[in-house]
Amino acid sequence: MENSQLKERILSLVPEAEIVETKQYFNAIIPKEKLHFLAKNLREAGDTSFDYLFCLTGLDLMDSLMVVYHIESTKYHHCIVLKTSTTDRNNPVLDSVTDIWHTADYHEREVFDFFGIKFNNHPDMRRLFLDETRIEGFPFRKDYVDEINIVER
Amino acid sequence: MKEEDFRDSETLDIFKKSGGNILLTTVDSLINWGRSNSIWPLTFATSCCGIEMMACGASRHDFSRFGIEVYRASPRQADVIVVAGTIVHKMAPVLKRLYDQMSEPKYVIAMGACAVSGGPFFYNSYSVIKGVDQIIPVDVYVPGCPPRPEALLYGVMQLQRKIKLESIREPRNPLKDCL
Amino acid sequence: MTEENKNSGLDRDEEYIINIGPQHPSTHGVLRLVVSLKGEIVKSVEPHCGYIHRGIEKMCEKLTYPQIIHLTDRLDYLSAHINNEAVCLCVEKALEIEVPERVKYIRAILSELTRIQSHELWWCSFGMDMGATTCYFYGLRDREMVLDIFEETCGGRMIVSYNTPGGLMNDIHPNFQKRVKEFLKHFRKKLPEYDQLLTGNVIMQERTKNVGIISREDAISYGVTGPSGRGSGFSCDVRKHHPYGIYDKVDFVEPLYKTGDTFARYKVRMDEMWESMKIIEQLIDNIPEGDYCAKMKPVIKLPEGEYYQRVEAARGELGVYINSRGDKYPYRLKLRSPNLSNLSALNVLASGFKIADLIAIGGSLDYVIPDIDR
Repeated sequence: MENSQLKERILSLVPEAEIVETKQYFNAIIPKEKLHFLAKNLREAGDTSFDYLFCLTGLDLMDSLMVVYHIESTKYHHCIVLKTSTTDRNNPVLDSVTDIWHTADYHEREVFDFFGIKFNNHPDMRRLFLDETRIEGFPFRKDYVDEINIVER
Repeated sequence: MKEEDFRDSETLDIFKKSGGNILLTTVDSLINWGRSNSIWPLTFATSCCGIEMMACGASRHDFSRFGIEVYRASPRQADVIVVAGTIVHKMAPVLKRLYDQMSEPKYVIAMGACAVSGGPFFYNSYSVIKGVDQIIPVDVYVPGCPPRPEALLYGVMQLQRKIKLESIREPRNPLKDCL
Repeated sequence: MTEENKNSGLDRDEEYIINIGPQHPSTHGVLRLVVSLKGEIVKSVEPHCGYIHRGIEKMCEKLTYPQIIHLTDRLDYLSAHINNEAVCLCVEKALEIEVPERVKYIRAILSELTRIQSHELWWCSFGMDMGATTCYFYGLRDREMVLDIFEETCGGRMIVSYNTPGGLMNDIHPNFQKRVKEFLKHFRKKLPEYDQLLTGNVIMQERTKNVGIISREDAISYGVTGPSGRGSGFSCDVRKHHPYGIYDKVDFVEPLYKTGDTFARYKVRMDEMWESMKIIEQLIDNIPEGDYCAKMKPVIKLPEGEYYQRVEAARGELGVYINSRGDKYPYRLKLRSPNLSNLSALNVLASGFKIADLIAIGGSLDYVIPDIDR
């Protein structure tokens, strides 16, 4: 499908989506309540069939925490980027997409480990890499300070 | 160091702590000869230096000719632990437990820049331990990132030299030996 | 004797949990597997990672783009050149710089040599895990020839750091073409020896056929790419679908097998070594003359925005995501690791098989732990 048709499909499913053009893949910024619904639709519809999630990234914009999903269809080879964010920095919660793409399991645990974002309906929400007893807090946030372990340069 | 100094046994005598004793020097040199020529390491490799350690054991730079005949999987049966790779906060208690499980006399070789002092991960990393000597006492440091297999062999030869200085009159105390 | 007394206090139907700890000869690094067993059958496997987590992505937020290259070498150290190339390509895409043709040819030749040496090391350790210790010595003997080529041209044996944004650090050594051709001639005779030694062996085939099966849909859903995905019929080669560098002009085949078991993943890697040699042969005699680096400013600042680059590393699809705010440091750098996605399928692969099969399955997935933990 062409980019214009994909944009129309997304806007028809979620009218509040914001489409941003970039040089590479076009971005669709989705409110967090609608993400799971849109993702499920994009995966199951026969003419889009986005069955391969190839990158799940967490991002700390200073006022909000964002998660970026790069998805591709193995049948038609078109790729888009979905983004969703939450402004609550003390207790951020988003919906999990583990039931749609199984690879999101470990990647969402990684995002929780580094940024603190919890995901609803995740089968096993706990830290993946870091050891709770030695490192507290969420290291990839921009306001993380650790005077003991980090030698600044 | 120069080849002459390496082979010179008078220089070694300066480092000997216990003085000579006619009855025990032959026994000492026999035991030290046996110990230094059959050092069996533990299979322990965390990252890139582990591959250079494997390459050192392969057919081109064979370290089995130095006495490192087999790798032991269990720490109870090993003599030396070659810490090859970065140690992070989560791995540190595991390393300490492995070191404690080894039986005396035991030696440690810190291989690679990460094990010596934190290496390329010294600045701005929140989880790397800046040198494995913060956890266990180290006998020989082999710098490099990663060190060539020949450098590891040189480190093993230095360890053999260090073992030849020991004596059965004084049991080995790693905390005094290793600076 | 009553029914209760017969079992003598031991409940023989309960599952028990064992720990294949971080220090183990066959986990290829520091990975902890918590395995729930019923007798000898594996019920579930839970990997615990993080024992080599160095925080590379966070460190990159304070490093300039040429400095990041030196850290990416140490991720999946067996495909070091390909990791470097991924970051360089992302930066060049963002700055819209065209590198000279000579650079593209040399990068492709070194990438394929990296792939060959990585698969050779995989073959060594796969054989050794299953008990065939001879494979260790044969594979490492031939790998040393490739490392000699790297050392002469790039300066380092395994950790090369030869790429830089805009091209290469230095030109190739005059002996490069001759040595690569010698290596190809030598290796073409040795690869059938590897087949004779291991592939046709009855014990190896019994241990790997119909063991650790994953279907194509599961492979796509779990994101299993690279040779592990191709063993299940998932056509995921980035060099074919999203070509970069010189790969759209080179002729090679993507080996695909339908069965999805350990033997299929083994065969894919053996076939890939032949294909890599084919690619090198097409390129080695035709390296064009020219510069080895495009003109770059002394301080590299990426324009504001997000950029994503995919390359085919030896173990799967490596992705580099850079979010830049116009500075000389990236605001966020994320490395999509192929090994983390491959490892997430381990539970599906190993459930229902015996504990000895777990080692063979782990070997066929060929994970390198520092790439999982970054």
